[in-house]
Amino acid sequence: MTTETLSTRPTTGILDSLRENPTVKRIQSNWIYRYIVFPIGQMLFFIVAAALVMTVIAYAVSIVVPEPRPNINLAAQITKQLPGMIVSGVGIGFVYAMIALGYTLVYGVLKFINFAHSEIFMVGAVVGFEITDRLAASGTIASWNPLILVPFVVISSMLVSGGLAVLIERVAYRPLRGAPRLVPLITAIGLSFFLIDGVRALVAVTRNDFNLTYPTQELDFLKNPIPLTFNGPVVGGTNIGGVTYEQITADGVVLDEWQVESATYSSITVGGVTLGGVPVKANDISSGETGYDMILVEGRDLDEIEDGANIVNIRITVIIIVLSAVIMLVLLNYFVNGTKIGKGIRAVSQDQATAGLMGINVNRMVAITFFLGGAFGGAAGALFGLNVGTVTPYVGFIPGLKAFTAAVLGGIGNITGALLGGLTLGMVEAFLNGTLVYFPALGQRYTDIFAFSVLILILIFRPSGLLGERVDEKV
Amino acid sequence: MRTKKSMLVLLVLAVALSLSVVMVQAQDMQVIKIASQSPLSGPQSILGISIRNSVELAIEQLQGPLNDLGYSVEFVPFDDQATPDVGVSNAQNIVNDAAILAVVGHLNSGVALPSSEVYNDNDLVMLSPANTNVNITDRGYATVNRVCGRDDTQGAAGAAFAATIEGVETVYVLHDTTAYGQGVAEFFMAEAEAQGLSVLGFEGTEEAANFDGIIQPVLALEPDLIYFGGIYSQTGIFISQARAAGYEGFFMGPDGFDSSEFADLSGDAGVGTYYTSVAAPVTVYETAAQFATDYEEKFGEGVQPFGAQSFDAAAIVLQSIAAAIEANGGAMPTRAQVAEAVRATEGFEGLTGAITFDDNGDPELANYFILQVGSADSAEWNNNALLSTQSIASPLMAAAMSS
Amino acid sequence: MTTSRAAVSEAGARSGFWGRFLSPTSAAVFLIVYLAVVIGLLLSLDRASLWFSIQSTIVFPAFILSPLLIHSAPIPRTWKAVLIGLVMLIAMPIIGISDSSYLELAIQVCIFAGLALGLNIVVGFAGLLDLGYIAFFAVGAYVWGMFTSTAPTIFNELGILIPPDSQAVAFIIFIGIGILAAACIGILLGLPVLRLRGDYLAIVTLGFGEVIRIIARNGDSPTNFTNGSQGLLNVGRPLVSADMVSRIDELSNTLNIRVVGNLQPLTQQILFYFIAILMLGIILVVANRLQNSVIGRAWTAIREDEVAAIAMGVPLVRMKLMAFALGAAFAGAIGVLYGAKQTFVSPESFTLLNSISILAMVIVGGLGSIKGVLLGAMIVTLLQLQVLKNFSLQLNALKNIDYVILGFHIRDWPTQLEPAKYERFVFGILLVLMMLFRPAGLLPESRRRLELMQTNDLPDEPPSDIPGTPSGPANPAAAGD
Repeated sequence: MTTETLSTRPTTGILDSLRENPTVKRIQSNWIYRYIVFPIGQMLFFIVAAALVMTVIAYAVSIVVPEPRPNINLAAQITKQLPGMIVSGVGIGFVYAMIALGYTLVYGVLKFINFAHSEIFMVGAVVGFEITDRLAASGTIASWNPLILVPFVVISSMLVSGGLAVLIERVAYRPLRGAPRLVPLITAIGLSFFLIDGVRALVAVTRNDFNLTYPTQELDFLKNPIPLTFNGPVVGGTNIGGVTYEQITADGVVLDEWQVESATYSSITVGGVTLGGVPVKANDISSGETGYDMILVEGRDLDEIEDGANIVNIRITVIIIVLSAVIMLVLLNYFVNGTKIGKGIRAVSQDQATAGLMGINVNRMVAITFFLGGAFGGAAGALFGLNVGTVTPYVGFIPGLKAFTAAVLGGIGNITGALLGGLTLGMVEAFLNGTLVYFPALGQRYTDIFAFSVLILILIFRPSGLLGERVDEKV
Repeated sequence: MRTKKSMLVLLVLAVALSLSVVMVQAQDMQVIKIASQSPLSGPQSILGISIRNSVELAIEQLQGPLNDLGYSVEFVPFDDQATPDVGVSNAQNIVNDAAILAVVGHLNSGVALPSSEVYNDNDLVMLSPANTNVNITDRGYATVNRVCGRDDTQGAAGAAFAATIEGVETVYVLHDTTAYGQGVAEFFMAEAEAQGLSVLGFEGTEEAANFDGIIQPVLALEPDLIYFGGIYSQTGIFISQARAAGYEGFFMGPDGFDSSEFADLSGDAGVGTYYTSVAAPVTVYETAAQFATDYEEKFGEGVQPFGAQSFDAAAIVLQSIAAAIEANGGAMPTRAQVAEAVRATEGFEGLTGAITFDDNGDPELANYFILQVGSADSAEWNNNALLSTQSIASPLMAAAMSS
Repeated sequence: MTTSRAAVSEAGARSGFWGRFLSPTSAAVFLIVYLAVVIGLLLSLDRASLWFSIQSTIVFPAFILSPLLIHSAPIPRTWKAVLIGLVMLIAMPIIGISDSSYLELAIQVCIFAGLALGLNIVVGFAGLLDLGYIAFFAVGAYVWGMFTSTAPTIFNELGILIPPDSQAVAFIIFIGIGILAAACIGILLGLPVLRLRGDYLAIVTLGFGEVIRIIARNGDSPTNFTNGSQGLLNVGRPLVSADMVSRIDELSNTLNIRVVGNLQPLTQQILFYFIAILMLGIILVVANRLQNSVIGRAWTAIREDEVAAIAMGVPLVRMKLMAFALGAAFAGAIGVLYGAKQTFVSPESFTLLNSISILAMVIVGGLGSIKGVLLGAMIVTLLQLQVLKNFSLQLNALKNIDYVILGFHIRDWPTQLEPAKYERFVFGILLVLMMLFRPAGLLPESRRRLELMQTNDLPDEPPSDIPGTPSGPANPAAAGD
């Protein structure tokens, strides 16, 4: 079942005896298990495992260094941040994983790194912006059902990016098959420069600007986060328009009275105290001016909320990223392992020449692979754009680099590896960003160094990545 | 096949060479060139282009006095790609063009420092619109001047104001790890501590899009104010994400925030953000409003941070060249004479206030304005509330005054 | 696809352009005329001319490429040596006196050629893909910078800076220290990555390059070693004496050349030019020797087939480490020169993009071929620093005088599409085109050229009569014909 390169299963080995069990075999041969339960279970397993490992490491560090900075209890801070770190790790981890898939798919069939893939991701992000912006300009964006809008945007980006990837393959890579391995690498770098400035020229001429802000940021559906409270009940989405709020100091002195004009926003109840987090447009009752207040608390000051209450605002976009990624990965798994074309791709990835002799249209398989990789990159771009809000033609480089790292970490050429690598890298980054702050000599600026060190360490012990198999090759 | 091709190459070469000798044109007016150096390509180009455009606008509008003296002014923009090597290579190119009498640039201190060595070696005057790094002028070169403020004073002015904001006791300082962002953030931190604020963290990040991870410890530490030393294209996104993640305190930043685009990027989250600026808000200075309109008309886009400073820098250059020509009896001045004339600039009324250079090339008195973002609508940017104006003497000036 | 050309690669080069010259004398005469024209034109170019930018873009590359042209000419070795010496040691400084920006370009070409030759050892000879090569360059620059910069580093505070008057001697010593430091770090990097191959190696070296840059960028706290993102300024340099300056002055007067800038910095540039030429010369000799030595053959063996190499008794670990160390050493030495020349060292000079552009030089020129790499370094450096820039300047000059071509006012060209903003765009297209038409590089290594021809006869690619397979794979070696 597993192939050498484009495998979607980790080679466990320990479970071999279990595999021989007839009941297990029967379940395994069921399509629901193979194409839905197994991949989703695998993703869940990776998420939980990555989160668990990082949590354990973080607490282990906090035992060794309980107070890295005066007045900072590392363990307490970790507890406070834990849900936030995990959510942010999963969110960015899936983005990395989806970009990494593009690297890995292409590597699987052609054995070379498509360095222009980060720009395909960027094009996806820009296309996502273009579509949402046109909808916003025509004034119809608000009337779209988010459940249709988001898939529409994502699928459009996928089509454009996938098409672009196929075009790039046809024009710049196919003539170079059989050339020394480094040659397509340089072509890819050239293409990156070309795409970055090409897109920049396009947006510069059409919009005179290259900071492209998604108008979806202003949509209530995408804008308002889902607050999650740990240690307390959650009340969300209360309309607080027309309510009068006071800003009161701890001593009970009323500083100011504000009349909230109108805003549907989420409020959170912690231990019987309602507090609001989102700045709200309000009228100053005493002077009549319209202004904005940062801290709007009904009758109470923020400082009085007891410590230990974990409030995490999970943005809808993070949930969208995770959901879309899961759906797409399940589909990809089915496509690669369950269809005839998938079989063809796997055959080409194993041995191009023989696959050709067996009557498989090699060029078509390669083109389809590029389309798939490009489509995943494009989807990642659009989702990334929806999540971060603003993209530029230069946005591809860093996520591309990280995703490439993730692909290698998981074992390049291995689909499951890309997923595992992406999630691992995302989680490692989130935990490093969350905790390095408390070490005065280090800080977040060293996050990348630690992330790369983890990569190097893993590669020393597993020179072909977490799930990769040994591939002999030369430059 | 091969023979034909190489023949063709030779032929082309020969034609090109002969062309190059033939095409020499005569000019009626004596030509003076003013160069600009800033990144015109790459991620920082939005600021670099603004510098370039503002200089072009200034030359176009203000070259009248020089034309009357019988000189035409040409503008030569260079792209330093925010890279020291390219900047230095351009600088070598610039100093070898005898017609270039002044340079306005750069955006990045990392490029300005090595390039200005080349200018200074050749007596060519440089006016920096954007390099707030203290080392630019602290070297004491006769040819290096700037029209913008310094990191040390700007950061400190911000911190002094932050201490006066009601309810701010703790601050968290972020920077973009560039010489600019980190420099200003360090001076902010030092002054904030001196003012009795407690600094909960000092972090640098190169991240430009996804700040999820960086925000987590901020949420846990609950600072009253976040100071972000960086440019709006990064900080605007950060602010919008931080707010969405549930941060409830204040934001503050340096003049890198001062762009209408900040409002677009940060949206509602950016409303209420404080920032220091060295350029006068256009609501206060009419000339600045005129500049903003002209700029938008000519280039079809809004003016970015350092645009007004670049305009002022070019204006000072033009005025100084005219002065040098007059002092030289109408003849083409030497570069050293131009440099001298620039340094002698006194009370120049620019968009960013009155400029008089001290012996190091810093403006003797730099104005710092503290503003607050009032609306998420970028069209309303010019109506941001001016909360405080501070005139701070340059270190040399301050030392002179105190002694 | 004649086997004869594959067999005699040297003849392959000769059968082209130089084939038409019947005797060495006629070739030499051609070269001398060529040089006389190019140098004459270069000295007569006038910056006030409208077309200056485009003129210098044509003439200067023609000049700087002439040593390679001379080297490939079918003339006796001594003639070659004399002509190349003439061009590099006499003509170039004189051109530099007339316009020191050419000197700057020549120094940059030397610096990047040296770096490309160093990377060529790792990637071209030993076949180890290194995407973080710029890190070793940074090590050299920082080693020199930390001990001479007046920035408030720990070295400055401890007062262990090298005083300015002894910097000339120290510079030579520090080239040695730079070599040692970079080589040690090369070995340090090499050790953990010995087991990795190909793309795994690529990402680890890439990460390593980033790690060095991040350390340099953040090395200002808790102890200030590198002065962080502010960079090290006022880095020391071997200074020229007043005597040298006056000699350059005399020379320019004798030759009747007007010096635009000041004499002192010009003399300084000339000194750096000679240092750079000297270092490049040494590197060339070393690289050449290495290629044909036992070590070089061992590298080739590793590159071609690691397993077979081990079987043949090649000490794999030692050879790989040596490749890393030697490649790094070149970069370390040049880093010291770079630090002294720029007088400013900051992390911005050592980004991944720089590593990539050095790799581009190696591949564009021809992996493993020393001459090719030199050519690649010249072309890529000139493209980035001169050709594309001058193109923008030319358009700007036309814009300034409101030039009209075919009824189109250059002035009306939208600012969003100004060529200065699209230098990387053009560079990208050129890279792609170059690779599409010369995939083995401009001057491929002879051994590699043989390999490429052979692969066409082997059933490496599926035959074209099967549906969907590439119909007649592009013949890389023939693409240039």
